[in-house]
Amino acid sequence: MSFGRARFITGFLFAPILLYAVYVLYPYAQTAYYSVTDFSGFSPDFSYVGFGNYVELFGDDVFLKALGHNVVVLTVYPVVTILLALFFAFMLNVGGRGDKAGVRGVRGSSVYKFIFFFPQVLSIAIVAVIWRRVFQSNDGGLINSLLMELGLVERDKPLMFLAEGESVFPPITIGNFTFEAPVVLVCLILIAIWGGVGFYLVLFSAAMQSIPKDIFEAATLDGATRVQTFFRVTLPLLREHVSVAWVYLGIAALDFYALVVGMTPGPGGGGPNDASQVMSSYMMSNAFRPSRFDSFAFACAMGVSIAILTLLLAAVQLRVTRSRDKLEF
Amino acid sequence: MSHLATTEAPATPEPPAAPPRAASEAKPPKEEGRVFNVFSHGFLFLWGALVTIPLIWAVIQSFKTDTEIINDPLGLPEQWLWGAFGRAWTKGNIGEFFINTVVVLIGGVSLTMLLGSMAAYVLARYPFRGNRAVYWLFVAGLTMPIYLGILPLYLTVDKVAKGLGLTEVIGLSTHLGLILVYVAYSLPFTIFFLHAFFRTLPSSIAEAASVDGAGHVRLFFQVMMPMAKPGLIGIGIFNVIGQWNQFILPTVIMKDEDKRLLTQGLLELATNARYETDFARLFAGMTIAMLPILAVYLVFHRQVQAGLTGATLK
Repeated sequence: MSFGRARFITGFLFAPILLYAVYVLYPYAQTAYYSVTDFSGFSPDFSYVGFGNYVELFGDDVFLKALGHNVVVLTVYPVVTILLALFFAFMLNVGGRGDKAGVRGVRGSSVYKFIFFFPQVLSIAIVAVIWRRVFQSNDGGLINSLLMELGLVERDKPLMFLAEGESVFPPITIGNFTFEAPVVLVCLILIAIWGGVGFYLVLFSAAMQSIPKDIFEAATLDGATRVQTFFRVTLPLLREHVSVAWVYLGIAALDFYALVVGMTPGPGGGGPNDASQVMSSYMMSNAFRPSRFDSFAFACAMGVSIAILTLLLAAVQLRVTRSRDKLEF
Repeated sequence: MSHLATTEAPATPEPPAAPPRAASEAKPPKEEGRVFNVFSHGFLFLWGALVTIPLIWAVIQSFKTDTEIINDPLGLPEQWLWGAFGRAWTKGNIGEFFINTVVVLIGGVSLTMLLGSMAAYVLARYPFRGNRAVYWLFVAGLTMPIYLGILPLYLTVDKVAKGLGLTEVIGLSTHLGLILVYVAYSLPFTIFFLHAFFRTLPSSIAEAASVDGAGHVRLFFQVMMPMAKPGLIGIGIFNVIGQWNQFILPTVIMKDEDKRLLTQGLLELATNARYETDFARLFAGMTIAMLPILAVYLVFHRQVQAGLTGATLK
C-alpha cells in the first residue's frame, strides 16, 4: 500500500515538476546567470563580468527613460482605473431607483457588466488593430475624422496621437531621471484604462454585493445619503479588494510590453524616438541588437531588474494596503 | 486572500435586481433616487458607448472598400461586401494562423488541466516529506514576471529539443514545443487555484471509495475529478482565455512564418508595410479573430467574469 502510494505521488508529480523546472525555473536561473556575464546569445565563449551590466544599465539613457515611463504609467494607470471602476460599480449597485425597496442596483446592470468587461477578453492584437485606426494621425482615423467633422480640428492639421513624442507636461528632472509623459504614452495608458475598467468594475461589484444589505439599510435609516454611504460604508469594506486591484494594476504598469509593441512606431515598438519605450520593450528589442556584442547579457540584466522592481512593488503595496483586521460577514 | 473563494466564484449568479426586503418602511427621499438613477444611467451609458463604438466601427470597416475606408471613415458601406473575409482567410493567412492557434490552445489547455489537477491533487491531499517545498516552488513562480525567463527560454526550447533529438517535435516553431511551454507557464496558477479547491473536498467520500478498493489513480479520475468540476471549469476558462490571448510566448518561440499564431499574424498584418495595403482585409482578419472569443463570452460571460475576477482574489 505504502509503496503504491509513493509510486502514485511520484507518478503524478513527475511531469508537472519536470516541465516547470525545464521551461520556467531553468530559464529564470539562466537569466540571472547571464546577467553577470558578457554572453552574446550566440557564441559559447563568454566570461564573468560581475555587476558591470547593472552599472551600465543605470547609466543607459534609454533605459532610464523607459524606467521613467514605467513610473509615469505606474502613477496614473492604477489610480484612474480604480477610481473609474469604483465609480461605475457604485453606480451599478446603488444607482437604481430608490422607491419602496430603498437603494438598489440599476436596471440592466448585467448588460452593462457584459459590455464593460468585454475588452478584457480581447487579445492585444485585436486591441492594437482597432486602436491604431482610432488614433490614426490623419483624416482616416476615427477620432481625427470625428473632430474634423465637428470642425474642431483642421483638415490639414490632424492630431498626431501615437506619432507624437512631445510630453503633455514640461519634463521634470531629478538627478539622472527625467519624468515626462509623451502623448503617445498617454494614448497607451488610455487604451489600458479602456480595457481594464470593466474587469475591476466586476471585481468591486461582486464585493459590494457580498456586503449584507442590512448595513446599507441601517445607514439609510440613520439618514445617510447615498454618497455618504459610499464613502463611509462601502469604501472601507472594499479595502481589501482595492488593495488587490492596486497590486495587479501595478504589476501591469511595469509591463506594458504588448501595448508598446502593438501600437507604437519603430521596430519592436517604442517610438517615436523612444518616447513610448518601457523597460520590457527596451529589453526585448535589445536582446539581439547588433549594436553591442554582449547585448544578450545586457538584456538579461534588464530582465532581472524588472523582476526585482516588480517584486519590490508588490511587497510595498501589500504592506501599505494590507488591512489589519479582516471582516467576515 | 479573500473569501470569494473557488467554491462559489465560478458560478455565482448575481441577484436579478435586489432581493425583496422586509424593512420597506425606510423611505428614502424619492427625488434623490430618481435624479441619481438618471445620473448613473447617463454615466454608465457613456462608458458603454466608449467601449463599444471602437469595436463596432472596426467591424464595419471590414465590409467597406478601401476607398471608402480612407475617404469616408465614419460612414457605413455603400454595399456590404463580404470579400475581405475570404481574402483575410486565404491571402492574409488568417486561416492558417487560426488553425495553429486552435491546435495549440486545445493541446495547451487540456494538458495544463490534466497535469495541473494531478499535481494540485497530490499536493493537497497526500502529505509527504517535501510536499510544502514543492507547493511553494510552484507558487513562487506566480510572483515572477515572464521577462525574467523569456530570453533564455528561446535557447532552452532549442537546446532541449536538440538534446533529445526531437527538433521537429518539440523544438522551436513546433506546435508541441509551444504547448509544453504554455503548460509550464500555466501550471503555477492552475496548481495554486486547484490546490485550494481539492482541500475543500470532503474526505469521507474518498475514504469510502478507498474502502471499496479503488486505487489512488481511479480515486482521482473517477471520484475526485468529478467532484472538483466547478473548480476545473473556473480555471479552465481562465486558461482558455489566457492561452488564446497569449502574446509574448509565441512571439519568442514561433519564428516560422507558417507556424504563427493569430495574435502574431494579425499584428504582423497591422504593422508590416511589406504587405500591400488592404485595409478591409485587416479589419476582416480582426473580426474573424474576435468572433470565437465573443461566442465563448456570450455563452459563458457570467463564469468568465466570476472566474477571472475570483481568480485574482485568491
